[in-house]
Amino acid sequence: MTDIRTAAEGAVVGSLTADPITRHMLALYCGASGDHNPIHVDIDFARAAGMPDVFAHGMLSMAFLGRLVTDLVPQSRLRSFSTRFASITALGSEITCTAKLVGRFEEAGEKRARLELVAADQKSEAKLLGEAVVALID
Amino acid sequence: MIDRKFIGHEFAPSTAEVEKGRLRFFAKATGNTDPIYSDEEAARKAGYRALPAPPTFLFCLEMDRDNPMDSIELLGVYIGRVLHGEQSFTYHAPVCAGDRITFRSRISDIYDKKGGALEFIVMETAGHNQDGVHVVDMRRSLVVRNG
Repeated sequence: MTDIRTAAEGAVVGSLTADPITRHMLALYCGASGDHNPIHVDIDFARAAGMPDVFAHGMLSMAFLGRLVTDLVPQSRLRSFSTRFASITALGSEITCTAKLVGRFEEAGEKRARLELVAADQKSEAKLLGEAVVALID
Repeated sequence: MIDRKFIGHEFAPSTAEVEKGRLRFFAKATGNTDPIYSDEEAARKAGYRALPAPPTFLFCLEMDRDNPMDSIELLGVYIGRVLHGEQSFTYHAPVCAGDRITFRSRISDIYDKKGGALEFIVMETAGHNQDGVHVVDMRRSLVVRNG
């Protein structure tokens, strides 16, 4: 992890790789998150809905991106966080999250930085594309 | 096609408590080993009054109402055809274990692409804590596969 106060614009400032997606992880996330949509945990339901198998919650990978952001800066400095879910994350996917510093600026009376976030699988296929805005000083 | 009359529809407010056991379970389920999200002493040493709710947790807490699928059902959409398209959070104040958050949601837009093969439902939710402090704004876009 790189200090975003001194990193060059355009630099990758941090990354993390989550454990590969298993059915067990999806079951735990279903319970912990309160997102009980059966399409993520019940293969019979998924098939009836036209999917080949269950697939990961997009919000699970967004939580991985959130871990990366809070590894980089204390959460109290996080001002906004957004993602677009670009494609479905299959079982077995190994999600790597990366954060790139795209700029520092002033807003609402404080110095802030914008981070470009990507969550991609082991084939480098982008799953989530997002950004976070963080304050540089508490 | 989803009836566009639902644009602007406001849902009844719901309130949910941020429970520390749930936060520990969420940390485990998301592989978060940073102690401030599971160890109260570590959280206090880091300046939090209790375990903090991690960045995406408020999306989850908002689903803690009697029927989290009520919005989908209201629109007559089958859950098996719904995908999450986009999600955003704007944070205004910290949320920690013990807080009670009241969520107010509305449907801000419904539109389609690809001649109706894909429909999009945009929902905006504001969260206020037990003291009336505005803590979060959330925006979610759901994609309905009609094809």
